[in-house]
Parts: sequence; structure tokens; C-alpha cells
Amino acid sequence: MLFLIIKRILLGLITLFIVSIITFVGTEILPGDACTTYLERQAFGEQLEACYKRLGLNVPAYERYVSWALNAIQGDFGYSLSGEMPIKDVLGPKIKNSLVLASAAIFIGIPIALILGIVTALWRDKLPDVAISTFTIFAMTIPEFISATLLILIVAIWLEWLPGIVIVPTDVTFFELLPNIILPVIAIAMIMTAHMARMVRSSVIQVMASDYVQMAILKGVPYWKMVFKHVLPNALLPAINVVALTIAWLLGGVVVTEVVFNYPGLGRLVIESISNRDLPVVQALALILASIYVSINLLADLMTLMLNPRLKTLQIRK
Amino acid sequence: MKFNNISEEGKKSSFSKVLEVLKTMASKPSGFIGLSILVFHIILAVISPYIAPYDYKAIDPAMMLSAPSSEFWFGTDDLGRDVFTRTILGGRTALTVTFFGSLIALLWGGLLGIFCGLVGGKIDDVVMRVVDAFLSIPWILAMLLIVSLLGTTTEVLIPALGFFYGKGIVRVARAATHDVIAKDFIVSARARGHSNFSIMWNEIIPNVRDAILVEGAMRWSWMLLGFSSLSFLGFGVSPPTPDWGLMISNGRGLMSFAYWSVIAPIVGLSSLIIGINLTADAFAKALGIDRATKAPV
Repeated sequence: MLFLIIKRILLGLITLFIVSIITFVGTEILPGDACTTYLERQAFGEQLEACYKRLGLNVPAYERYVSWALNAIQGDFGYSLSGEMPIKDVLGPKIKNSLVLASAAIFIGIPIALILGIVTALWRDKLPDVAISTFTIFAMTIPEFISATLLILIVAIWLEWLPGIVIVPTDVTFFELLPNIILPVIAIAMIMTAHMARMVRSSVIQVMASDYVQMAILKGVPYWKMVFKHVLPNALLPAINVVALTIAWLLGGVVVTEVVFNYPGLGRLVIESISNRDLPVVQALALILASIYVSINLLADLMTLMLNPRLKTLQIRK
Repeated sequence: MKFNNISEEGKKSSFSKVLEVLKTMASKPSGFIGLSILVFHIILAVISPYIAPYDYKAIDPAMMLSAPSSEFWFGTDDLGRDVFTRTILGGRTALTVTFFGSLIALLWGGLLGIFCGLVGGKIDDVVMRVVDAFLSIPWILAMLLIVSLLGTTTEVLIPALGFFYGKGIVRVARAATHDVIAKDFIVSARARGHSNFSIMWNEIIPNVRDAILVEGAMRWSWMLLGFSSLSFLGFGVSPPTPDWGLMISNGRGLMSFAYWSVIAPIVGLSSLIIGINLTADAFAKALGIDRATKAPV
């Protein structure tokens, strides 16, 4: 058991190591570099060389990779080119803003997905299932930028209930922020919730068809007792991993949604840093987002390991 | 002669198998709707250049942002271009790029996955770690990097999308291969002394093909989502090419008084994505594969 846990953690670290190489190489082969972008037309001769020296670009790529990676582990990603600010300070508030959005979507989305998934599975092919399943197909397939645009058009412009574009000063209380983030949270939560609901549905249906549930029915176990005691624990265990993958996928959707709502989070930073060729920021973003993905998946793996009764008996047999 | 007959019969039966799958797909209402939407979009993409009432890039300042009328069915946009014309043309690039992109993703992802599942060992470990690493980089960041590195022409977008969306197929193909590889007929093929290549071609591919095809159909809808998100963010196809994502992003700023310039492309793009999704769902069901347990990676 302990061995399994350590192995998962090691695998996660190896994945992150490869990600760091990929992002470093990926940004390295982009045409142009920090100095040509920064100096623009004056990028030749002495000035260019001085700039290379100042930013430490005159040493071979692998040496730069090692020093970059070593600093990155300590949370120091170097300096952003456009603002000449430490990347830590650029990223900090934006990450916080994006986390507010993403975690609100997750906390609203997971319970709704569980309820919808269980309802549709228990009333399979009946009216509630057909209605909800049709809705989830729409919610799941329509891109975030379309649902976000439609939400703005209908709720903000036609009905005028909520602001369509987020204009938030940096230090506001949660309740002042709340009306601003309702629409973005709905847009983000929709796809994720629909995916999870469908997954929970099929998982519950599978368990309901299994032999031991049939046995419980024959034995005369009350329906709801059977659902809560025998079906759900077994159906939701495999769901944990898929939920983790869905949350990780949400990171991409957050970027697009933030751009639509003009929300001051990671999304706009991603777009700006790539258009400005601010490569140190791009590298830092890739690494941070990948670490979030890897740790969410690791967490899900570990949770499945802990909760799976079969692994406990495995330990005893050993 | 005899051999020819056999191979011809084989071809016939595979064609009738395709027909049978299509029939099963269309027998359920959701599958029928999905297939109809998809076929409608494909036909529209083929004939739209011939039926478009106006030139898609004809600018007419006098008719800027005019509301839908008998002259301009869906109104005009901020440059006075006909929204109906641009909407029916707007799916052509998206459909072509994502269709061929998914084919590329299917091919390399499927083959690499089967190969890894078959050989196992160190090669498998290394490849899977790299695939994991690529999976953990958010798609939006990777696509933006690729596009800003290589440009946004169709010739770049097809292989770039194909490469990036193939990594998930590697895992599926590998898992499907693992399911097959322990079966008796593989053991007996090995005992007969067949090479790895022959086993892969004759024994494994026919058995994992369904799973990979279903996965590819799912990728298609996600790739369309990714492609139009890119255009929406201004990193996809370049103006004045008509494209739904681009049209939505252009019309968005003006939608408080000219909603028609966003509604038409929204309907176009949403219906295509829903059509592909319903079709992929029906396809999976017809082949007996449960799609809903998969996460969107």
C-alpha cells in the first residue's frame, strides 16, 4: 500500500520533469527571443549582446534549463519581460482570482452532478432521465465561449439582471464580488457538471445491473436503503478519477471563459503573454498549470487507493 | 481466382457491416437527429459556395449592422457584410480542418498505442510518461504556443491539432490492446511464429479498431471545440475568412444592439458540435462501447 502511494508520487514527479523539458524546449524554438522582442528594431550589434548578457541568454540552452528549473522549484520563475516584474508577483493575484472562479464552479458543480447523475440512473429511460440527459448533452457540447456569450446576451443585456463584464477593483469583499462572478461560474460549471453527471449515471446503471444488487432486491432490502448502502459507494468510487480529469480539463475552459468576461485571472495572462512573446511567463504558466493537473490526479489516485476495500484485503493477504 | 472471390466477399461484408452500423445508429431518435445534422452540415459545406447570395468579403458601409430583412436574411455585420452568406460558409474551414485532424490523431495515436501495448517494457514506460506529460499541459496553452510558433494556415492547423489530440488516443489504444493481448488467439499466433508486425496487423488491429474509432469520433467534437475556441481568441483562421468562432468574437462587442451578428454563427457552431456528439454517441452504442465513462482529456 505504502509502496503504491510512493510509486504514484514518483510517477507524478517524473511527469512534471518531462513537462518542464517540453515547455522549455517548446518556448526555446519559438522564433525570436526575449531580447529581439524587447529591443525590437534596435536588436543588433552591441545592444543585442548586452541584452543577452543581462538576461543570461549567452550561455548554452541546457545550462539555462538547469538554472531555470532549480529556481522554479523554489518558486522563483525569473522576471516578466513586459512589466520587468518578478513573475511571482505577476502570477500571484491572477492565480488567486482564477482559483476563486474554478473552486466556486467545482463546489457548485459536483453536488449538482451527483444528484443529476443518480436521478437519471434510477429513473433510466423515464421522463426525468430523458429531460435531464437531453439537457446535459447540450450543456456538455456547447463551447464555453458560446455559453458565456449567450449568458451575457440574455442575462446581462436583455434581462439586465447581472453585470456582463467583470470590473473588480483588487480589494473587494466577497459579497461585492459575488454578482460579478455568477455568470462566469455558471459558464464554467456547465460543461464540467454535464460530463460528471453522465459519468455518474452510467456508473450507477452498471452497479444496479450487477449480481449483488439483484441479490439484495431478491432478499427484500428496502429500495432506498439498497441504493444508499450498496449501490452508491460502489458506483462513486470509480467516479473519483474521472472527476479529477474533468476538473483538470476545466483549466482550459477557465482560460476561455475569463477572456469572454474580461475577468482578471490566468486566462487573460495566458493570451497576453503569448501575444507579447513573454516567454518566461509562458513557461511559468505551463509549469504551474501542469502541476495543478498532476496534483489533482495524484490526489484522486490516492483517494481511490484509500477507499478501495480490495486493496485493504490485498495488504492483509500479504 | 478463388482467392480473389474470397477477398471480394470480405470487402462486401465489411461494406454491409458499415451499412448495418449506420442503420443501428439511425434507429434511435438521438442517433437519427445527430446523423441528420451532421449530413446537413457536410452537404451545406459542399454546396454553400454555389448558393451564397453575396460575396463573403464584400464590404458595404451603407448597410452596416442592418437588422434581418428580406434582402439580408440574417442582417449584416459591422462592415456591412451579409451574415447569412458568412454563416453558411463559416463551417467549411472548421469541418475540413477538424475532420482531417482527427484522422491524423486516429492514425498516429492508434498505431503508437497498439505498439506500446504490444511491446511493453521500457519503451512503453518511456512513451507513456511523455504522453502523460503532454496530457498534463492544458490544451489551450499548448495550442496557443503551437499556433504562435507555426502560424494559423490550414496546412499547419491540421497536423498541429492532429498531433495534439492524438495523445489521448494513445492511452485508449494501449488499454484496448492490453485487453486483447492476453487472449488465446494471440498466444497461438505467437506460437505459430508470427512476427510482432503481423500480429499487430492481422490480430490486434481488427480487435481494437472499434474502440479506437469511437475514441476518434469523440476527439472530432473536442477538436472542433478547440479549433473554434482558437478562432474565437483570435489565434485561429485569419480574417476575412468566414469562420463561426471568429464571427462570434467580432459580433460580441456589438451584440447589445446587433444580436443577429452573433446568433447565426452560434446556432451554426452549436448545431454542428451537437450533431457530431450525438453521432459519436450513437456510433459507440452501435458498436457496444460505453462512452459516458470517459473523461474529456
